[in-house]
Amino acid sequence: MTEPIRLEYTVPGDDFTRAGEASADLKHTLKRMGFPPEAIRKASIALYEGEINLVIHAGGGQIFVELTPEAIQMRLEDEGPGIPDIALAMQEGYSTASEQVRSLGFGAGMGLPNMKRYSDEFFIESQPGQGTTIRMNVLL
Amino acid sequence: MTNLELENLGFAPAGPVAEHEVTGGFCCDLLSWAMSRCTEGKVWFTVMGNINTVAVASLADAAAVVLCQEAAWMPDALERAAQQGVALFTTDLPAYEAALVLARKLGQL
Repeated sequence: MTEPIRLEYTVPGDDFTRAGEASADLKHTLKRMGFPPEAIRKASIALYEGEINLVIHAGGGQIFVELTPEAIQMRLEDEGPGIPDIALAMQEGYSTASEQVRSLGFGAGMGLPNMKRYSDEFFIESQPGQGTTIRMNVLL
Repeated sequence: MTNLELENLGFAPAGPVAEHEVTGGFCCDLLSWAMSRCTEGKVWFTVMGNINTVAVASLADAAAVVLCQEAAWMPDALERAAQQGVALFTTDLPAYEAALVLARKLGQL
């Protein structure tokens, strides 16, 4: 692998039937390329949670993945409402999800904590009214 | 054991069952919780029969998902499971009792 491999996904907002497509595709790609199983699991979980957040909170967004011999690098960008208090949003159990979202089994307040737990490097930037960018790296 | 033996335990297949080794059971209805804690080879007992359950089961490499207490699989969940090779079952039993059936079979009691 000399050149990094780049993958890009568009996540539509409010469409729960398609949430998980990007993480499923990433998982299959990583498996096919022979990445270590634990790294695949971590990246898949982190990205799935990110996808769900894009659907639930951001009205959709873009996912950019770069695969290098050193890391699985994922960047999630949205132009949603942003996160006013990131420290609060990072707390396990804190959620602003609607009743409808909770009835689907989401909204347990585990999304961002899971994303941080399963990535080796986690960076979040958010501007209320402008959107959120999250970078997650799983190191190999 | 493998997931092919779940039918013998009284769980009804809801679609095609691709063989997968079973290592244990897992009970939970919150998807994010399951995402991080349902590990490979687990039979997942839940009442959430929507397409997102299938997505989580696939990513977590669950051996099967058993929908408990007469809950019904949504049609798009069945379709996605067939595509992704996720084995789905149903049972009339509550999750606790259904998990006990599996635990007895696995000698985990």
